Amino acid sequence: MELTLEVKDLHYTYGKHLVLDGVDLPIIEGEVIGILGPNGCGKTTLLRNLNKNLTPSGGCVMLDGTDLADLTKKDIAKEVAVVPQTNEVHFAFTVRDMVAMGRMPFQGMMGGASSEDERIIDDAIEKTGLTKYVDRHINTMSGGERQRVIIARAIAQTPKILLMDEPTLHLDISMQFDALNLVHKLSKETGMTVVIVSHDLAMVARYCDRIVMIHDHKVHAIGRPEDVLTEENMRVVFNVDAELFFDKKINKYSVMLHDSLNSF
Amino acid sequence: MALSKKVKIAVTLVLLIALTLFCVFMDLSWVSADLSYSFSEIWDALMGNGTWSSNIIVRENNAPRVAVGIFVGAGLAVTGAAMQAVFRNPLASPYILGLSSGASLGAAIGMLFTIPFIPSLIVTPVLAFITCFATMVLVYAMSRSGGGVKTETLILSGVAVSSLLSALVSFLTFIAGDQLEGIVFWSMGNLGNASWDEIMFIAPIITLCSVLLITQAKPLNAMMIGDAHAMDLGVDVKRTRLFVLILSTMVVAAAVSFVGVIGFIGLVIPHILRILIGPDNRYVMPLSMVAGGCFILICDYLAHIIAPYYGTLPIGVATSLIGAPVFIYLLVRRRKEVGWS
Repeated sequence: MELTLEVKDLHYTYGKHLVLDGVDLPIIEGEVIGILGPNGCGKTTLLRNLNKNLTPSGGCVMLDGTDLADLTKKDIAKEVAVVPQTNEVHFAFTVRDMVAMGRMPFQGMMGGASSEDERIIDDAIEKTGLTKYVDRHINTMSGGERQRVIIARAIAQTPKILLMDEPTLHLDISMQFDALNLVHKLSKETGMTVVIVSHDLAMVARYCDRIVMIHDHKVHAIGRPEDVLTEENMRVVFNVDAELFFDKKINKYSVMLHDSLNSF
Repeated sequence: MALSKKVKIAVTLVLLIALTLFCVFMDLSWVSADLSYSFSEIWDALMGNGTWSSNIIVRENNAPRVAVGIFVGAGLAVTGAAMQAVFRNPLASPYILGLSSGASLGAAIGMLFTIPFIPSLIVTPVLAFITCFATMVLVYAMSRSGGGVKTETLILSGVAVSSLLSALVSFLTFIAGDQLEGIVFWSMGNLGNASWDEIMFIAPIITLCSVLLITQAKPLNAMMIGDAHAMDLGVDVKRTRLFVLILSTMVVAAAVSFVGVIGFIGLVIPHILRILIGPDNRYVMPLSMVAGGCFILICDYLAHIIAPYYGTLPIGVATSLIGAPVFIYLLVRRRKEVGWS
């Protein structure tokens, strides 16, 4: 089992506010790993440190044995793609323009797409089911549609590692499954490593090989879903009464949420 | 699909060049309300074979005006396109964000006071650059909140800072008394004062900065989607932003130092081009240069013919007469597109 990303004693402070307090996280090549935690626990900050979008206040992140601090953004973008939380776009880029941007790290200053690039772009568009939408303008699309375009862009980046920040947030329920099925399948077929930040317990239980629970800015638990998603852990970290169960129909784990443990 | 986009861009470029050549001709031909030169008279005058009066009017009045107009228009338009990308906002432009007023304050100080340590030849553009850059930093800092720039705060900061700076320029104008003739034109712009020496100074600056801006077209495309997106795609966002803002400041400072404040070109031109050929900066920015030069010549010609018996209108009045309605249209009818929702 090769490590592809290795987070070592990562500290991150935002102003005076300590967001990450000594996180250690080995990420194994080819796995789908979920980062779980309540809002404000630092999981998005952790993700943004994984491709040098943020620079650690202490500790380091190693990519295949090299400290990210020693790599350029462009070098990192050749290996690591990101599906961030979506925002509105005010300019009328077409879907194809958007997906084509995924090839930017591989191109020169002004150059356009090579025929190899074009093939990869077409492939990404097809895999995400966007073929019919290539000429639609991104500024006229809904949050869910934009999310799909961004996923296509990330696939066009042909990454070794894919980072996803709340990938299901804007998606319809059926599309949540479509998106994660696609990513899961790509991971298993091509050996792409996937890191998913989410607070959707059931989705993470179902799709992830391993789960990291972040609590109070530290790693609270790490391991297989059945070892991490214990009633005790979910009570402490999320303050919910929930239980993990094995869904025989799909042969995967899922989470049953019973109730909140807050007492108003 | 890919072909039709290229065809669209090629057709737009050819039409723009044709229109620009026509405008160059019209602007060179202007003599007075009742008289304009024919093509052959202009040609003879340019070659030095015209009549005594046509030689003077075409070569010494009209040609420098046309030349400075093309460079200033091209520079301001490409700067507008770059700033809209950096601020992720189709309403950003040197004029609306107060950069032009910022530069005019520095230029006014440079003209009125003796400044030690800076050679007198370049004191005006250097001071214009300094105050223009300070204005950019101030407006940007004021409108930044939580990693993003909101349209409302950006425009309001620009308007507020711009009013303050214009007031300071007016104050200087007021106390300057007689020295002041040169300053008045700044508030409304004037192409007519440019000499060939000045053109030789600003043309290389504007050309170089514009070309360098265009080399950033691809990173700017990614930044139009969002800073985080651009970083994820390997763009060094902080460096690109600083580089683009410094280049933009140099273009604006050079333009304002010699022709005064000419508004709305940086807003209108990139917007029209995006409607015609889409938002890709690799095409929008170079075509903005052509269209900006063309637009300023149209405005200059209009400035001459609108009220010919009262003299020439300041060029800034003409660009604003066309540009301000476009700005209002964008605010009212295309709210969503410009991020004003």
